[in-house]
Amino acid sequence: MFPTPVEKLSPAARTGYQVALPFVMVLWLLPLIAVMMISVRSANDFTIGNYWGWPTEWNLIENYSLVFTGSSMPQYLLNSVFITVPTVIGVLVLSCMTGFALGIYKFRFNMVIFFMFIAGNFVPFQILMVPVRDLTLDMGIYDTKLGLVLFHIAFQTGFCTLFMRNFIKALPRELIEAARVEGVSELRIFWYVVLPLMRPAIAALAVLIFTFIWNDYFWAIVLTQGAESQPVTAGITSFNAQYRAAYHLMSAGSVVAALPPVLMFFLMQKHFIAGLTLGAVK
Amino acid sequence: MFTLSGPLAKSLITVAASAVVATSAFAQTDGESLTGDLRIFLDTSNPAPRATMEAMIAEFQEMNPELNIETNVIDREAYKTQIRNFLTANAPDVATWYAGNRMLPFVEAGLFEDVSDLWDDEMSEALASTKPSMTIDGAQWGVPYTYYQWGVYYREDIFADLGLGEPTTWDEFLNVINVLNENDIDPVTIGTKFLWTAGGWFDYLNLRQNGYEFHMDLTNGEVAWTDQRVRDTFARWGELLEADTFIDNHAAYSWQEALPFMVNGDAAMYLMGNFAVAPLREAGLSDDQIGFFQFPEITEGIPMAEDAPTDTFHIPAQAENKDNARAFLRFVASADVQSEINSGANLGQLPVNANSTVDDDKFLNEGFEMLSNASALAQFFDRDAPAEVAAAAMEGFQQFMVQPEQLDNILDRLERVRQRVNGG
Amino acid sequence: MTSSKSNRSYWKRNQIAITPWLFLLPAMIMFALYVVWPIVQSFNLSLYRWDGLGEARYIGMQNYEELWYDDAFYTSLWNNVLWLVLYLLAIPAGLLIAIFLNQNVRGIRIYKSLFFFPFVISQVVVGLVFTWFYDPSFGLLNIVLGWVGLGPIAVLANNEIATYGIIAAGLWPQTAYCMILYLTGLNAVDPEQIEAARLDGAKGGKMLWYVILPQLRPATFIAFVVTVIGALRSFDLVSIMTDGGPFGSTRVLAFYMFEVALSEYGFRMGYGAAIAVVLFLIMLIYISYFLIKMYRDERGV
Repeated sequence: MFPTPVEKLSPAARTGYQVALPFVMVLWLLPLIAVMMISVRSANDFTIGNYWGWPTEWNLIENYSLVFTGSSMPQYLLNSVFITVPTVIGVLVLSCMTGFALGIYKFRFNMVIFFMFIAGNFVPFQILMVPVRDLTLDMGIYDTKLGLVLFHIAFQTGFCTLFMRNFIKALPRELIEAARVEGVSELRIFWYVVLPLMRPAIAALAVLIFTFIWNDYFWAIVLTQGAESQPVTAGITSFNAQYRAAYHLMSAGSVVAALPPVLMFFLMQKHFIAGLTLGAVK
Repeated sequence: MFTLSGPLAKSLITVAASAVVATSAFAQTDGESLTGDLRIFLDTSNPAPRATMEAMIAEFQEMNPELNIETNVIDREAYKTQIRNFLTANAPDVATWYAGNRMLPFVEAGLFEDVSDLWDDEMSEALASTKPSMTIDGAQWGVPYTYYQWGVYYREDIFADLGLGEPTTWDEFLNVINVLNENDIDPVTIGTKFLWTAGGWFDYLNLRQNGYEFHMDLTNGEVAWTDQRVRDTFARWGELLEADTFIDNHAAYSWQEALPFMVNGDAAMYLMGNFAVAPLREAGLSDDQIGFFQFPEITEGIPMAEDAPTDTFHIPAQAENKDNARAFLRFVASADVQSEINSGANLGQLPVNANSTVDDDKFLNEGFEMLSNASALAQFFDRDAPAEVAAAAMEGFQQFMVQPEQLDNILDRLERVRQRVNGG
Repeated sequence: MTSSKSNRSYWKRNQIAITPWLFLLPAMIMFALYVVWPIVQSFNLSLYRWDGLGEARYIGMQNYEELWYDDAFYTSLWNNVLWLVLYLLAIPAGLLIAIFLNQNVRGIRIYKSLFFFPFVISQVVVGLVFTWFYDPSFGLLNIVLGWVGLGPIAVLANNEIATYGIIAAGLWPQTAYCMILYLTGLNAVDPEQIEAARLDGAKGGKMLWYVILPQLRPATFIAFVVTVIGALRSFDLVSIMTDGGPFGSTRVLAFYMFEVALSEYGFRMGYGAAIAVVLFLIMLIYISYFLIKMYRDERGV
């Protein structure tokens, strides 16, 4: 193990490490801790300039309930759910299929198509902005959740294909060969042999894509507008405009907007990290 | 800073109470209740205007119980970019916007409905003062619902403590600035993060230095930005920078974020539109503490023109319920409604309808008087100048406020933009 | 099962050849519609003048000519270079934290999660959090600077340091990402090699450089890939924290492109497309590098 485990060092070093850990962590999360502290203050603290002293009032419940009752925040959060969940499902369906096709079969253009998906994933997406916006307008789904969902599915398929294809390629081929010898059709092989083995990959991608899509801001402002269809990342800017200079409320709003992916991460940590670190170890 | 008591709640109650009166007055002119849908997009996202508009729409709803009204309030800054999108796709039936050059691109692209039919003799007479700014190619493209003065809002109590009066000349203005600085008070607060606030300073310096005609020629692209007269205006601005007039780090703030400096007494003046009064009051300043004065004279003898932006309602050409929308515009333009929504407890601005009454409010009275005596009214820099020029110029203003030594570069850059825009 | 025999046998004979195409088809259609074709359209659009409302007018290379003389373009380009170079600091910083955290004390898993989770927060919120952190009147940064007798510094209002301030905000989640890659990498380092090296007297920096880092190569590669992509795509933070200001000094190409094409005073679609094309070409160098490496790896397997 590197570095040398602290258990093997002197007791002083061990204690030093134990003390350093929380200290460094607080330093690392300082900007975030600051926001959480602001979010429980009252307006009065800001008027009298008491930014970091003991709060004159604890407004935890007032501030956070105002986020939900005094603005379109609940609507934005719902929109995010209705954008993110269908996207995750759509992307998983498509990329399981492409991953299967590219990972199992040898055919001409296999590599070309695979590389096309990867390259598309790296494209600076600004180059897609104007044409995709026009396309969405022409299809009559501008400013709808569907418009965002379709684009996200198409774009994320690139990344997920890379992921799924590599995962499937690493599966034992004997299973498939054996099934073929038994005369199982290709579709059934996909459904009954390969798909069950892909569960960990599906779980990892689901969490990862959930986070990516939930946190998207750029496409949200290009393809949607207003509380009817915008996700919470775009909604938070309207929220802030509504409560501009009311930092305690803006902070509470930001914490609320950031929460769902954080929860997702803490609940599904293992899958999340498995997804992120794919390829980090050979 | 935000509670649902105080002026906000009070304004809601006032509107609700007046609704009864207005309803009966309106019912006489239009007996039939409307049916179907009406989608309204608003940019009135600040708390006070938002409440006012929502109350006004509630009133319209009450008059037309069968009508299915859907209101969408969009952040004022975001609205400015989104309007292009929703006019071409997913158009509402009614949308707020601004008069003057600012509506030109949409009229030219055929995205606004010609509403000349609403401008019958009666309305033309009542709204005569703004008819020219609503007219393009001989037709009218919307109706105004409010306008408001710009000028200097200041801390009357601080001025009194220091024995300062309202300055009327440039020298007096500089003197006020010096005295405030000597007492460790920042003379002027401003937040230039979103640029347009700096446009207000340019407007007034240029209007006072060179006069209305020149200002209009410049914003219309007929004068070079490298012209000596433009430099004269910047020289005045330079004097202010030299005198350390503005708060530090103004580029970090929006206009609202610059308000607390004045509320806390760290700064004493704010060149703003009258919409600044509502948040100042809400932050706890009393009317005894807030004063207003007209931007002082610079070049002697030049008639005093003012910035008085007009906010408007339009019907998108692609709207689906144009009849309902027309009824709504007529409603908004009526004298009663304009008196009500512009009152001090609501928008705190001036009604455009000549038959409306100006609310008995300190700032509205002062503003109304000032504008009545003004030699001419400008809309505002980003409404008078074409969009591209406005964007580049206001960025230049902000840069000048931080780096005055870059003036030559800034003016050269603006001149290039002007030529490109003029070249078509 | 009574389906026609010839049909069935055709499928049977060819199913291995047909199935992959069947499976690829939906994704390829979507991808062509939303990714490939728009790239082509953007190249085309960059030769037009178009306000998004009226008719587009062909103007040849004029947009590119204008770019050549556009100060804002060079500012954006330079800032992109800054982003690219400074963003790479996330890699050593991530490694450092990973080494710090790679222990087996009690509660270490929670610490690892807490160090990582800035990455999970959306960039919009990160931007807001840091904007307030930098705020000249109440931001924690200036309070802390005040204790040691410095400041206040209005990071985002100062055109000379605003971009650095934004990059620092971006480094926060990016470092967390690199950290998690290295933590996973460190877990897989071969313990026998470490023991062998220890017996040879290697420790500390030497051990890291000669024994550990070579084994972390895959993690470093991924970290490099994602960091460069992140740097070139930087949009959210700029948009939230400064809106490109003060006076355009924090623009990056991705933001400038959006500003020109879709912002309040924008709607120069052709010009925006031209900027996007430049950004794309820069990225293409990098995509090619990545693809070539992937191709070699594939061959090697």
